[in-house]
Order: sequence, then C-alpha cells, then structure tokens
Amino acid sequence: MGKKIIMAVTGALLVGFLLAHMAGNLKIFFGSAAFDSYAHWLREIGEPVLPFGGYLWVQRVVLLAAIAGHLWAATALTVAARRARPVRYAHRPPVQGSYAARTMRWGGVIIALFVVYHVLDLTTRDLNPVAEDGSAYAAVAQDFAPGRWYVTAFYTLAVITLGFHLRHGIWSALQTLGLKSSRPAALAVSLLVCAGFLAVPYAATFGVI
Amino acid sequence: MKLNLRIWRQASPGERGKMVGYTLHDVSPDMSFLEMLDVLNEQLTVQGEEPVAFDHDCREGICGMCSLVINGVPHGPQKATTTCQLHMRHFKDGQVIDIEPWRARAFPVVKDLVVDRSAFDRVIAAGGFISAPTGSAPDAHAMPVPKADADNAFEAATCIGCGACVAACPNGSGMLFTAAKITHLGLLPQGQPERDSRVLDMLHAHDEAGFGGCTNTGECTSVCPKGIPLTTIAQLNRDYRRAGRRSK
Repeated sequence: MGKKIIMAVTGALLVGFLLAHMAGNLKIFFGSAAFDSYAHWLREIGEPVLPFGGYLWVQRVVLLAAIAGHLWAATALTVAARRARPVRYAHRPPVQGSYAARTMRWGGVIIALFVVYHVLDLTTRDLNPVAEDGSAYAAVAQDFAPGRWYVTAFYTLAVITLGFHLRHGIWSALQTLGLKSSRPAALAVSLLVCAGFLAVPYAATFGVI
Repeated sequence: MKLNLRIWRQASPGERGKMVGYTLHDVSPDMSFLEMLDVLNEQLTVQGEEPVAFDHDCREGICGMCSLVINGVPHGPQKATTTCQLHMRHFKDGQVIDIEPWRARAFPVVKDLVVDRSAFDRVIAAGGFISAPTGSAPDAHAMPVPKADADNAFEAATCIGCGACVAACPNGSGMLFTAAKITHLGLLPQGQPERDSRVLDMLHAHDEAGFGGCTNTGECTSVCPKGIPLTTIAQLNRDYRRAGRRSK
C-alpha cells in the first residue's frame, strides 16, 4: 500500500509540474521577447535569497526525487506482480483493461527515455541547433523548424504516450489516495496536456511562430 | 456439438503440469460448462484414464466454489456469470477451448484445475468479521442505516469469494475481494468498532499471502461473476487513509 501511495503522490507532483511547464511553454505565442523574459524570470525566482537560477535547481532536485520515487515504486510493484503469478497463463487475451492501463509500464519507460532526450535537447542544448544561453525562443523555433520535422514527429509520439499514461495515471492516483476520482476528468486533463504541449512544436513546424 | 478441449493437467502441487488436448463429441448446447466436464470425466473413466479434477459445489452460482479460466477469461465469456451457470450454447461447434486453473502464487494448484484458495480465508480471519452479540434478533428499528449505505453494502456483500478477481488481475492482486469485504462491513453501523483495524489487518494479511498490488486496471470487476464495482477499492483506500491518520 505504501508503494502505491508513493506512486500516486510522486505522480501528482509530476502532473503539477507538467501543467506549469505547459502553461509556460504557451508564452511562446506572445512573441520572442515575452518568452525569453519568462525564461529569464524563472531563473530570478527567489532572488536575492537564492542565487540566479537557484530556484530552478531546487525544482530540479524535487523533480528528480519524484521521478526516482515513481520509478522505484513502479519497479517494486512490477516485481511484486511478477512474483504473484509465477506460472503464466497459456491463453490470455486482454479482457477489458483500457489500452492506457495495459501500457503504463512500457509507456512509462518510453516517457523516461524521452525526458532524457528532451533535457539534452532543450535544457543542456547538446542536441539543439541553438547553443547560446538566453535564446529560448530561437532554440524552440529552430528545434522544430520544418526541416527538422522528425523532431516534431518524435515529440508527438512522446506526448501522445504521455497522454495515455496520464489518462490512466491521474484516475488511478486519485483512486489510490481514496479521493473522488473520475475517468472523464482524467481524460480531459490528458487531452489538455497533449494539446498544450503539441501546440508549440506544431506552431514552429508550420511557421506560426 | 463437438469440442476440442485443451486442459491443464497437473497430478500434484509439486509436479510440472501441461496442457493436454481432448476431443469431446455429442455435447448438448443446453449443458452447463461443468456438466460438459462431467461428460468428459465419464469418458476418461471408461477409458481408464484419470478424470480431470475441478472445483464445484452448489452449481447455482452462489457458493463461489467453481473457478476455471476459460479461453483466458475467469468464469468464461459471459459477463457476471459463474462457470457453473455458463452454458455450452455460448460456444461454437468445433471450437477449441483452453481451460486453466486460477494462476496466482497465493492460489497454488492442488491438482489439475483445483487451486487452494485458503489465502482468502486468512484475509477474512484477519478482519473480515464484526463483534456483535448473537442469539436473539435485534429490534428492527434499533439501528437505522441510510439507504445509500445499505445499497452499497449489499452490493459488496454479494461477493462469493471465488477468486476470479485474482485470476484476472495482471498483478495477481486480491484487492477487489478485500475491498468488497471492507465496503460490506465498513458501511454498516455494526462494522464501525473494528473499521480501522479491519482495513489495516486485512491488507497486511493480503500482502502476506503473496498477492500483488492493485494498479486499478479494472480487469477484476469485468470478470467478477457478481459485478463488484471498482468503487469498493476506492472505499478501501479511503478507509486505509482514515485508519492511518487516526492511528497516529
């Protein structure tokens, strides 16, 4: 039971981050000055108590702890599930479980790999055409430029995988925490997250920004 | 009708089992699934072979003894139906039917299709009871129960403890069974004194028995012959949180 609560609480933290991250991304539609100054402001949060960029490091540490807890609980539950059924069924079709519920584990692995790529792409810029700091707008716009359509395609795949993960995950987390849980609300949040995150790469690919 | 059966045969708990094929002719579509197995066993007995061992008792869909994973689905393809109430008219002539026992570490195979479900008894013994004086019937209006609570408790109380939820669960979890008992007893006034210790003790016994954790996939409720809803698991989680808060 403890593992499931860790799963739910860390998942809720990560969903909270996703929503804030998505809202921040959408600032790109207000132009390059607005987006770059937003990116700069993120680094000023907490000044002068925290150094420049200090808040982001606090957030990164919390997120890493949440991801570590989420992965640990998922692994422990998967191991427990394997142990609980030592002899597999010879004939076993999926009965009803939604596609989202059945792909939580592998979907989670895909999302984790995507996050690694995403950090190398748009945080450290190792895989991004724009290397210099303070040019977040340019980094996004050129990352998803029409010529790099395959980057957009890969992000699309990852975001849709995330959407499926959230569709079951949000509902399941609320259920685990014994809170009022609704499948339509979980679906609505997943669709919102998909739309919010995909709007930016598609806008760049099709030259809107 | 003619059927091609593939049945899990395992002589004893320690032995390695395997799927064995049998062909059965002249099956009536009006037979129940268990009657079809009775016919197979008569045929095997005449041939001098060991009949297939399977659990059954009331054959009325209320005792929770019958089991069988039929073509990968506990209690077969009909919704909210036990194996004993499943009829052969739901199968096609010449169909291949795979029959396996419940598969879970907590439910070891005793022989062929018979599994030991005493893990459920241990979960019940840990807290699936109320402490109340027995003997004379209480006064009818002495203990009012809100209609909604009575309905939800009754719905959960229809659980017959067959174990199909465990058999269907990708995690081998017995959470739907445990949650049905928690909901059934915890919503009624008589269940209040042990409400907190019940959820903690039953979950402890559940995990000790070797069941896996629930990930809310919903496979359990879709195969449950009594249609116990997933909301019982939400109720269990609420009670668990409440018990944790109050034990501090």
